[in-house]
Amino acid sequence: MEALIAIVIGTLTACGVYLSLRGRTFPVVLGLTLLSYAVNLFLFVMGRLTIGQPPIIRDGASYADPLPQALVLTAIVISFGMTAFVVILSLRARAEMGNDHVDGKESE
Amino acid sequence: MTIPLIVLIPFLGAALVAWAGHHGRLRSAFAAAGTTLGALLLLIPSIGEVMQGATLLWQFDWLAAAGLTLSFRLDGLGLLFSLMILVIGLLVILYARYYLSPNDPMGRFYAYLLLFQGSMLGVVLSENIIQLVIFWELTSISSFMLISYWHHRDDAREGARMALAITGAGGLAMLAGFILLGEIAGSYELSVILQSGDTILNHPWYVPTLVLILLGVFTKSAQFPFHFWLPHAMAAPTPVSAYLHSATMVKAGVFLLARLFPALSGSFEWTLLVGGAGLLTLLLGAYTALFKHDLKGLLAYSTISHLGLITLLFGIGTPLAAVAGVFHIMNHATFKASLFMAAGIIDHEAGSRDMRKLNGLWKYMPYTAVLAMVAAAAMAGVPLLNGFLSKEMFFAKTVNISTEGMIPWLPMFATLAGAFAVAYSLRFIHDVFFNGEPIDLPKTPHEPPRWMKVPVEVLVVICLAVGIAPAWTFGPLLATAAAATLQTDLPEYSLSIWHGVNPALIMSMVALAAGGLIYALRRPLFRWHDLTIGRIDARTFYQWLEQALFRGAEWLNDVLQRATLQRMVLVLVLASGTLAFFGLWGFGPLGGEVQLTPLDPISLLAGVILCIAALGTVLLHRQRLLALLLLSVVGLIVALSFVKFSAPDLALTQLSVEVVTIVLLLLALYFLPARTPVESSAGRRGRDLLVATAAGLGASALTWAVLTRPYESIAGFFLENSVPGGGGTNVVNVILVDFRGFDTLGEITVLAIAAIGIFALLEGLRLTAPETDSSGRRWSWDLHPVVMASFSRLLLPLALLVAIFVLLRGHNLPGGGFIAGLITAIALITQYLANGIAWTGSRMSARLNPMIGIGLLIATATGLASWVFGYPFLTSTFTYLHWPLVGKFEVASAMLFDLGVYLVVVGVTLVILLQLGHLHDVNRPHSTAGSPEEDA
Repeated sequence: MEALIAIVIGTLTACGVYLSLRGRTFPVVLGLTLLSYAVNLFLFVMGRLTIGQPPIIRDGASYADPLPQALVLTAIVISFGMTAFVVILSLRARAEMGNDHVDGKESE
Repeated sequence: MTIPLIVLIPFLGAALVAWAGHHGRLRSAFAAAGTTLGALLLLIPSIGEVMQGATLLWQFDWLAAAGLTLSFRLDGLGLLFSLMILVIGLLVILYARYYLSPNDPMGRFYAYLLLFQGSMLGVVLSENIIQLVIFWELTSISSFMLISYWHHRDDAREGARMALAITGAGGLAMLAGFILLGEIAGSYELSVILQSGDTILNHPWYVPTLVLILLGVFTKSAQFPFHFWLPHAMAAPTPVSAYLHSATMVKAGVFLLARLFPALSGSFEWTLLVGGAGLLTLLLGAYTALFKHDLKGLLAYSTISHLGLITLLFGIGTPLAAVAGVFHIMNHATFKASLFMAAGIIDHEAGSRDMRKLNGLWKYMPYTAVLAMVAAAAMAGVPLLNGFLSKEMFFAKTVNISTEGMIPWLPMFATLAGAFAVAYSLRFIHDVFFNGEPIDLPKTPHEPPRWMKVPVEVLVVICLAVGIAPAWTFGPLLATAAAATLQTDLPEYSLSIWHGVNPALIMSMVALAAGGLIYALRRPLFRWHDLTIGRIDARTFYQWLEQALFRGAEWLNDVLQRATLQRMVLVLVLASGTLAFFGLWGFGPLGGEVQLTPLDPISLLAGVILCIAALGTVLLHRQRLLALLLLSVVGLIVALSFVKFSAPDLALTQLSVEVVTIVLLLLALYFLPARTPVESSAGRRGRDLLVATAAGLGASALTWAVLTRPYESIAGFFLENSVPGGGGTNVVNVILVDFRGFDTLGEITVLAIAAIGIFALLEGLRLTAPETDSSGRRWSWDLHPVVMASFSRLLLPLALLVAIFVLLRGHNLPGGGFIAGLITAIALITQYLANGIAWTGSRMSARLNPMIGIGLLIATATGLASWVFGYPFLTSTFTYLHWPLVGKFEVASAMLFDLGVYLVVVGVTLVILLQLGHLHDVNRPHSTAGSPEEDA
């Protein structure tokens, strides 16, 4: 299972980085979203893989690590805020510059 | 308590003076003088105690945890400097009132001057050395503002910038040195440091510490090779030159040599660096001063030379030399300040400072001439004046050193420097007041106003009094200051005019005679100088260095931060990759030996689908809608993985965020091109592919390395304290709203800021929407199918009920403010999607910004409420209530906090999506009037 998670995170990172390097705003937004999946997953599994033991206090149970979960929960919401900001920024840039290139100018 | 007040008063006075300046020029002068006098009166009661040898300390724990205190110290050395700063300050304020022209804003001038005065007092009265650095930098800044006071002049701006760059850079080096010093001594308090001389001298960090501190000292006190900023600082108004650039600020460097003398001196490195720089500066300054045609230029180089002399004395390192150094600090301050003031009077009343034009002023201003002559004689070291005494002590020290077998040629150099001092003093007198008639002066010279001469008179009288009766005038103050400098008993020294015929006296006489000779030979000397050494200008080198730095910075900027995002992202990825690579190099085997979790087929399938979807997003990214759909598959499987690995809260959050993200991207896609053109070259795509693959492999390796190693977590604390401490069984939620509530407050604030930023970006945005989709089909007008509209309306109350349930149970079961907020937002967004903006907008206000504000306020108020009960910020409390029908119900203050979170999340999500949605409404290609939407 650990190997699968490592491969998944690696794939998400690679795809995210590749798209972030593109020249148009929309692929870059997609890339950033993929990267934030990768980062959130990475942070989450720092608490190791625990199956069937949610951190909700019961009698005589053992639990998954709640701390990375709390960190990632807010990270997910903040990622949404960031994605939204970047999307709107790219719309504004399109309106002001007349194109959707990340530098605001059609490449030569 | 009086010591910090002495420092504080000038700062408060600066504000008062700036304000008074708006109500009349003279008022600001009186306010400045009053402030200085006030500080002086506060200082006077302590004088007696300090003269007895006491060291007064005042301390206030500022950031005690970081070892930072606010502490002041008044001892003999601090007293000497404080008196100099305040007394000369008072004289300069009086002088400047007559010096400044009616066009110069006086309030601003005096405000800057008092800022400087306070900073300088802070330097000399600080007990904590970090605090000392802060005041030190403040003197650099106030000096910058004073030099550039006439900011319409190029030379003033350039001189100010140069002074700030050099003394500022030195100050930074000194801060580093002080931190090392504090670490060596184990304390940043001077009382401890001054007792730790042996520890410091034998510490392996001694040399770097010394060099860094000396960089600060040498730049501030204009020692070679940093001396060249001082002549350019002469672009300042003359009162500033008299005050900052001769009497006080440039003395800050030598003050520090005196202050740290017990802690740092006594090593070979000290003698070499301090003595060497001092000797070079002494000779260079004395030589160059003779060839300056500008009166203030001559005085500036003379100041450099005298600072070199003081530095050399401290560099010699014996207690007696240090006494002579302190004595010369006092004497130089008095005669040089008066000379600058005299030069200012000449400039003011004759309209020029060029000694090639100024001649024969004796006839026009005899009174000023007498004052200037006495002061210049003191500078030259003529007997019966104070300059003679300290210079004789200096000569005697050089002889002592050479007879002890060290540096045998030192007396020769000392005499040579003395001779040049005599020569430039002679030039100051002879060229200006005699030597024929004035040439082309812009106005006829005359005596200055009565009160403009008073400050010069006071200082000249001091020069005379000290020169004739040293033991009765400066004697006690010198003894106190020298004792505080050495921190031990004073060595034997005698303050009298006549010590019999000894080598020092002979050197003085030789210097006087040789000086006369040099001045007599000045014409051939000037010709020779102009052809040779006069062509070397340190400023040229400085400007070359400055330009080289700018070019280097531009080049670096161009490489790293050319205005293209693609380049910057690439640099960022490569840089983090490189850092990670070197950071983890040699970390050991990649995998650890922890028992692995067995892989089940369903997980494998999910992982494969995720990877295919992610790769598909990349492969199909030119067809944007398809790519977006594939992206949502990735998001869903990430949510499923949270379910699998025991994180129900995360799964709920991810699922709802996924919905709003995809809706958002779909809305945005409407205004963006449906396809991405191919524009990168194949080579570039290959390079990006390589970088991306490397990043992916790195992330995989890192994940694998971590997951296969054992780990310890602080989770135990949260699991144990969640119920007894936070009153909730859902540990994740308790962490969010209770243990780490402060973080959450920060996060919802960030969200709120993002929403407001988006709101501002969308304000007035006009986008043209395409008339057809990418395949050329017109948009369907059947936007809101009846079945969907009806069901969504039915579902709304149910969805809101679920949201409230999730919010309330969040403390104990999966849920909470974040998730409930997202569910609510989705429920409302569904109404918009199913029923259209017009229908929904008429039933619900779209102005949701206040909701974000209210949410933030509730969350913050919950935190503040715990202050009212005397607990730290955001301390939570809870209790259990028994409600009829519901039964036992928990009420926790953290739930109120969660309500704040809920409101912010609902507000933020709706603001973002609705603003974007309204954009559609505004920018529809055809008018919506009569479209089915209206009837729905």
